[in-house]
Amino acid sequence: METDPQMAALLARARQFLAMIPLGQALAFRLDQIGGGRAVISMPWDERLIGDPRTGVIHGGAISALMDTCCGAAAISHPEGPEMTATLDLRIDYMRPAAARQRITATAEVFRMTRSVAFLRATACDEQEGQPVATATAAFTVDFPKEDRT
Amino acid sequence: MTRPPEPVQVVKQRRDAALRALVSGVPYIGFLGVRFERLGDELTAVLPFQDKLIGNPLLPALHGGATSAFLEVTAIVELAWATLWADLEAGRIDPDIAETMLPRLPKTIDFTVDFLRTGLPRDAYARARVNRSGRRYASVQVEGWQDNRARPFIQATGHFLMPDA
Repeated sequence: METDPQMAALLARARQFLAMIPLGQALAFRLDQIGGGRAVISMPWDERLIGDPRTGVIHGGAISALMDTCCGAAAISHPEGPEMTATLDLRIDYMRPAAARQRITATAEVFRMTRSVAFLRATACDEQEGQPVATATAAFTVDFPKEDRT
Repeated sequence: MTRPPEPVQVVKQRRDAALRALVSGVPYIGFLGVRFERLGDELTAVLPFQDKLIGNPLLPALHGGATSAFLEVTAIVELAWATLWADLEAGRIDPDIAETMLPRLPKTIDFTVDFLRTGLPRDAYARARVNRSGRRYASVQVEGWQDNRARPFIQATGHFLMPDA
């Protein structure tokens, strides 16, 4: 996808947008892929994000921030072109603890887009193969530009 | 023949120290800047506003990820606190040891967040209610508000795996 100039331009623009989000900067989010209602965002392990000091496992709350951002990015990148989106509902299932000192990568996809709501599914993985660390289902509000509603 | 009641400062000091130990043991609570206020055994979590919690710089609004993390932290601390409180009051743990001991924390199984309103760029508060706490599983409900207690801006419910006793 790096070779597709249109995708590359979208990625660059989306990265610029992500860089404007203070929480994304604080958690060092990196946008890896975006387009067609699908987004991949990753986050490095950081000792400030530890939720369980006995094990060094990252707090679920850091993963929810990553999942929420990734779902929002996927919704906004949908081909139908929503211009605004906000989280209505986000459910996260924590399948297993994330390995300490490993990058966590979230992938979110629009499962269904309606005129006012986007339904999304997302997974988060660490660097180990196999089972994801967490999965999410979400509903986001979407607003389309006025002229598209004719 | 009953023992005279403990001086109030001694009781408060013991409870506050245990709560401090629990909260300061979790780096992510410090990262978000969350603190807990205690009235008896009731906890209120406070998320003081910081620029880094912003998710939409144009509105500006708090990031949904930050506010949902705030509720998850509140739920976990409430659950751990309920156990800690019972042990502390029954004299099952030494308060001096409690301060240096790493807390045994419940693990989140699932957490569902309902974003009711936009989080405004100011302080937020939250309280959790443990609806069921069994030997292995617990179910907790959390509500967050800002200016008006009667107008929550976020609510959540979650299930947790309790640490081995």
